[in-house]
Amino acid sequence: MAQMTMIQAINNALDLELGRDPNVLVFGEDVGKNGGVFRATDGLQAKYGAHRVFDTPLAESGIGGLAVGLAIQGFRPVAEIQFFGFVFEVMDQIAGQAARLRYRTNSRFHCPVVFRSPFGGGVKTPEMHADSLEGLFVQTPGVRVVIPSNPYDAKGLLISAIRDNDPVIFLEHMKLYRSMRMEVPEEAYTVPLDQAKVVREGKDLTVIAYGAMVHTALRAAEEMANSKGVQAEVIDLRTVNPIDIDTIVASIKKTHRAVVVQEAQRQAGAAAEIIAQINEHAIYHLEGPVLRVTPPDTVYPFAQIEDEWIPTPQRVLAGMNKALTV
Amino acid sequence: MSTVLEPTKLVPYYQVLDEDGKVVNPDLMPKLSDDQLRELMRRMVFIRILDQRAIRLSRQGRLGFYAPVAGQEASMIGSEYATTKEDFILPGYRDVPQLVFHGWPLYQWILFSRGHQHGMEMPKDVNALFPQIIIGAQYVETAGVALAFKLRGEKRVAITYTGDGGTSQGDFYEGINFAGAFHVPAVFIVQNNQFAISVPVRLQTAAETLAQKAIAAGIPGIQVDGNDILAVYAATKEAVDRARAGDGPTLIETLTFRFGPHTMSGDDPTRYRTKELEHEWERKDPLVRFRKFLEAKGLWSEADEERTVEQAKEEFNAAVKKADEYPKMTIPGLIDSMFEVLPPSLKRQREEFTGKEEA
Ligand SMILES: Cc1ncc(C[n+]2csc(CCOP(=O)(O)OP(=O)(O)O)c2C)c(N)n1
Repeated sequence: MAQMTMIQAINNALDLELGRDPNVLVFGEDVGKNGGVFRATDGLQAKYGAHRVFDTPLAESGIGGLAVGLAIQGFRPVAEIQFFGFVFEVMDQIAGQAARLRYRTNSRFHCPVVFRSPFGGGVKTPEMHADSLEGLFVQTPGVRVVIPSNPYDAKGLLISAIRDNDPVIFLEHMKLYRSMRMEVPEEAYTVPLDQAKVVREGKDLTVIAYGAMVHTALRAAEEMANSKGVQAEVIDLRTVNPIDIDTIVASIKKTHRAVVVQEAQRQAGAAAEIIAQINEHAIYHLEGPVLRVTPPDTVYPFAQIEDEWIPTPQRVLAGMNKALTV
Repeated sequence: MSTVLEPTKLVPYYQVLDEDGKVVNPDLMPKLSDDQLRELMRRMVFIRILDQRAIRLSRQGRLGFYAPVAGQEASMIGSEYATTKEDFILPGYRDVPQLVFHGWPLYQWILFSRGHQHGMEMPKDVNALFPQIIIGAQYVETAGVALAFKLRGEKRVAITYTGDGGTSQGDFYEGINFAGAFHVPAVFIVQNNQFAISVPVRLQTAAETLAQKAIAAGIPGIQVDGNDILAVYAATKEAVDRARAGDGPTLIETLTFRFGPHTMSGDDPTRYRTKELEHEWERKDPLVRFRKFLEAKGLWSEADEERTVEQAKEEFNAAVKKADEYPKMTIPGLIDSMFEVLPPSLKRQREEFTGKEEA
């Protein structure tokens, strides 16, 4: 075991999979010699050669199309979109092409592509770098959206994603890249896709979160336990599309109240989907409405006020208190 | 990885001054008065100082996003100088100098860098957009701005910029192709500074020049020594005049180099550039070359240089002070800027935040 940051865990996962399967290819802007703008691919080109790990011209749609074409021919591309705010440039290749390939060809072709991309606020990036755009893909059938919240999960989920035969959008929160270290096994292991995880047990209230918001929710839950003795259960969604409603329902059967926390704007999106599914599957177990804690429905603001815009532990706590009383 | 300025037969190549500031192509020499020549130098020195100051401020953690410009002054300033105030600039994220001389107040640039909404709010009389972050987006929009000028019969020109990397985007092709097809008054500039972050231009494309991409769009393409401000000015002036006269768009590739890192957010050029290459380009410093030219004509002195440096420092400091004092953004203010008429849902969200702020 070694202590790893999330960026190291991701690098390690890519390294192991490149070593295990000659069909795995890693490419994108600046991923080769530079090792990625965050160093996620550091050292991989030197180790596996420029035919396995390579820079592409600066064109996201090109990167997406290249990945789909290679996948059709039996490769397993891990394509990097340098920042997820640039996903609009490759929207058609992901949502219009990759996500539909299996359906269109009735499984003659499938699309084992992983689109890795940094996202997430709180690190004062310029415009169009930090936006939480996972909601776009919550409404896209045929792709998985995976968002790890810690180094251990990041490695295991990325390996699962690379080995999966369908397209996976793998989103790496920039604030988590280097903010914590964790024991991570050096050998390959997998963490299952499509499965949420209970990261804090509790009987009074369920808080559902993913990505960096898991840590915000945990902080709020601790605070509530300390100040009121109220025990909140916190669920880390891990896969945002599809949603693991079973884990959520099991928790609500115990707690009867729930709050969903998301870093993206309020309307539509993952939180809205989670609440809709809770209504469909667990409404008779609820003692109050499921609430959301989110930023307002604006564009992602400039760096000046992002810390105020993104839900803080205080805002999550206020949401939890409200959910306990309504 | 040779990036020697080799003339190519595919497109015309413009150079006026050699690296010692000697005139090599008198027929390309633009018609500029002595005062105008001095003004070009003043602007380059001014920007070099702003760049140094911005880098220093950034290292102190007192600036936000910044993409250094040293090395590209001739390219940026020479091209902007060929436009008029009425012409409209659609810049990329690095194109701060052009905006500054088109009228973007320095304090607003600093606010933009710090991630303040007001930074991007161009004053009404400044014909320009904010620096675009999405590479290529401004190229397609330029076709639209230029078409507007044509539809209204205005003698104005839309001018836009991207880098060598930007020419790989679909938007680049779509922009020059639309402009050609609609025969609009647009000038497309590619500042080929050899690297897109870490990726060298020979990995962007197998094409020998970027200017030749104009051929496929059916518009003129010109390659220019981008460190020779007179050549950049001459090429852009010609393109702007042609556009204004109703003769359609032009693509100009300027061959240049950025001395600094890609941005101040952790880029390390030693990972992808050799010292030799950096030295080779330092010898082509656009300021040194033009200074030699002017000094030989008795048009530039150490006193001129010092005066410009002092003025730049003063203006920068004043701008930083003004930016420091500018009111902070608020969430209600942000919500207000989403729509002209706020829908009830957003009004309620606004109240949540004002309620919180009052508490
Ligand atoms: C659509 C999009 N993709 C990727 C990026 C990230 N990015 C910012 S600058 C850059 C390299 C740009 O190189 P080039 O076009 O040559 O311009 P230069 O920075 O050299 O001036 C990249 C990849 C971006 N801002 N927008």
